[in-house]
Amino acid sequence: MSDVLEVQYDTLARQHATARLGMWIFLASESLLFGGLFALYAAYRFIYPAEFHAAAAHANVVLGTINTYLLLTSSLTVALAIYETKHARRHRALILLAITIALGVTFEVLKGVEYGQHLADGIAPGGWYSYAALPAHGAVLYFTLYYLMTGLHALHVLGGLCALTWLWVLLYRGRLTPDSHVALELGGLYWHLVDLVWIFLWPLIYLVT
Amino acid sequence: MAASEPDYLRARSGIRSWLLTTDHKRIAIMFFVATTIAMMLGGTFAMLLRTKLLLPGPGIMEPITYNRMFTLHGVVMVFMFMIPAIPAVFGNFFLPIMLGAKDLAFPRINLASFYVYVFGATLTLWGMVHGGADTGWTFYAPYATVSPTDVAPIAIGVFVLGVSSIMTGLNFIATTHMLRREGLRWHGMPIFVWTLYATSIIQVIATPVLGLSVTLVALDHALKMGMFDPALGGDPVLFEHLFWFYSHPAVYIMILPGMGVVAEIIPTFAHKNQFSYKALAYSSLGIAFVGFLTWGHHLFVAGISQLDAALFGLMSMFVAIFSAIKVFTWVGTLYRGSIALKTPLLYMFAFIYLFVFGGMTGIAVATTSLDVHWHDTYFVIAHFHFIMIGGTLTAFLGATHYWFPKMFGRMYPERLGVVSAVLVFAGFNLTFVPQFLLGNAGMPRRYATYPVRFHLLNVISTIGAYTLGAALLLTLTYLLVALFYGKRAPANPWHSRGFEWRTPSPPPEHNFIKPFDPAYGPYAYDEPADPNLPKLDEAA
Repeated sequence: MSDVLEVQYDTLARQHATARLGMWIFLASESLLFGGLFALYAAYRFIYPAEFHAAAAHANVVLGTINTYLLLTSSLTVALAIYETKHARRHRALILLAITIALGVTFEVLKGVEYGQHLADGIAPGGWYSYAALPAHGAVLYFTLYYLMTGLHALHVLGGLCALTWLWVLLYRGRLTPDSHVALELGGLYWHLVDLVWIFLWPLIYLVT
Repeated sequence: MAASEPDYLRARSGIRSWLLTTDHKRIAIMFFVATTIAMMLGGTFAMLLRTKLLLPGPGIMEPITYNRMFTLHGVVMVFMFMIPAIPAVFGNFFLPIMLGAKDLAFPRINLASFYVYVFGATLTLWGMVHGGADTGWTFYAPYATVSPTDVAPIAIGVFVLGVSSIMTGLNFIATTHMLRREGLRWHGMPIFVWTLYATSIIQVIATPVLGLSVTLVALDHALKMGMFDPALGGDPVLFEHLFWFYSHPAVYIMILPGMGVVAEIIPTFAHKNQFSYKALAYSSLGIAFVGFLTWGHHLFVAGISQLDAALFGLMSMFVAIFSAIKVFTWVGTLYRGSIALKTPLLYMFAFIYLFVFGGMTGIAVATTSLDVHWHDTYFVIAHFHFIMIGGTLTAFLGATHYWFPKMFGRMYPERLGVVSAVLVFAGFNLTFVPQFLLGNAGMPRRYATYPVRFHLLNVISTIGAYTLGAALLLTLTYLLVALFYGKRAPANPWHSRGFEWRTPSPPPEHNFIKPFDPAYGPYAYDEPADPNLPKLDEAA
């Protein structure tokens, strides 16, 4: 993935194209990981439509929507960071990447606040659920899925943040050049997937009611 | 010709040159060692199970120990041996060579996949000694979520092993697309590459769903998440759906590379072109695709609708069409060939027989009305062992003998090879044919004991298992001896046209001294051989 030509490739361009293909294959695999949870959600939503409706009304739609804005904007800034790197404007790329990371961190913090609010109400996953206002049957499945889906997503955001921080350091040290910055493109692709998953989670969790 | 480059085994020395290698051939050897250990472990559990079943009533182990034992047998054999065995060992070694590449697309990911495998295997084995699991390798909810045994580490271990499998698949897909030697068209690739490609697609697409479902069971068991808990409104059948969405295609992860091995060995020993290259290539993709739509046949008695059951049964039978295309093509290749009856070919005969037998009984259990009778009996046990072990194990052993000279530069002893091949085949049939009869007579699976009227057939089955175990030990012994004392292997002992035989045995570090010309096809026995290469049976 670096700009050193590995022995099995003829050209650097080929090596970079292969790295991009590898990332797309990985993203396909990742989609199926979330796909399993989406399938579970669909099945339980079908079995318990009224309970899901009531439980979703209890989700914090304001925080969820703010988070959607944050993540979508961060997808824009990471794309712009790649664009600026391509055009040899490293300083701007560094700022854009830093904004991306800041937006991602804010997303995680807000997610944590949201979890805290739910837990304070006694809305915990599975057998730990103790929220009296909503009957456990059915609603608990909605909230367990809520924790599982957003939790898995938050882990992906965290992984993406680590990757972006590492890329920021590479960029800062001048290791990503206009001709050779495939690592940044891969990081961007991954970040877009994280964003894309959230675009499905937002309506499923906050808007279905 | 004196090789100007040392072979891959001698190119570097020291333990670090193995443990930190990015050479696909060395990683393949490390997987060879690891998967063989896994097979011996799983085989030992099998021997203990059969010993327990030698007598009805209480015997050498408690029922809970028996339950743990068959769980470990299944988990080890499926996730540590059969899924990685052929792709991670022979695929790793030969895919780049068959494409004319110097390595896989991502050598470091390849090395990482080995350590992820080791980590997953260690976690699972730790779970086994720590408390074991008595759920069977399928981890069915709701029992798996309340079992008194230690399910969580084993389930997470299975998840980690799956990650290793995804890494291998990702690497193979990227390599096949991007690293084919110039002039090597898709329709010029060896069939083994096609089957690995189809396998890789399944690994990448299906494995994450397995990872997710076993993780949910582990979370259920350890943290009371209750995703499949009926007390909280959950539906245990949903777990079965998610589990089989992976685990049925996983059967094709095990069998497809084996089918690729058959398609390599048969033309070599029949000295004849593939009967139909395209039929073999595209039926592999067909199996991979249809294999995703058949999982429901595991749930015929779990309360799915009749319409669903009929559709899943129908889709399952579609797989038989693609499989039959393959079988007819192999037999067509053998027909009027110039046959050299060597050990690898004997294993391929065993493969075809066991695969057809297992496949036909598969059609039988895909018929919903018959499945009601046979479900969860020894009939099903015998059926899937015929396909999974009869298929994967014979292909693995055939591939081991076929490629042993290329991988290690030594010949195995042919006579002992023939003897053990015959013993494996006889032992296998002796073990599992009685189990078809037992299942049909109503003996359920997963019980530590049985009524006295099933005694005779169980004794025969156990004798067969011992024979099989002895044959495998014999094979391991003479192969280990041959590794050090075997006759030196020439570059092409089988006079094959395959690409991998056009390089010295063992190959140099970067696979070729002189690149092969893909215009001379891997099965073109009716055309002149590649003239630019050293004489094919010349010593390395």
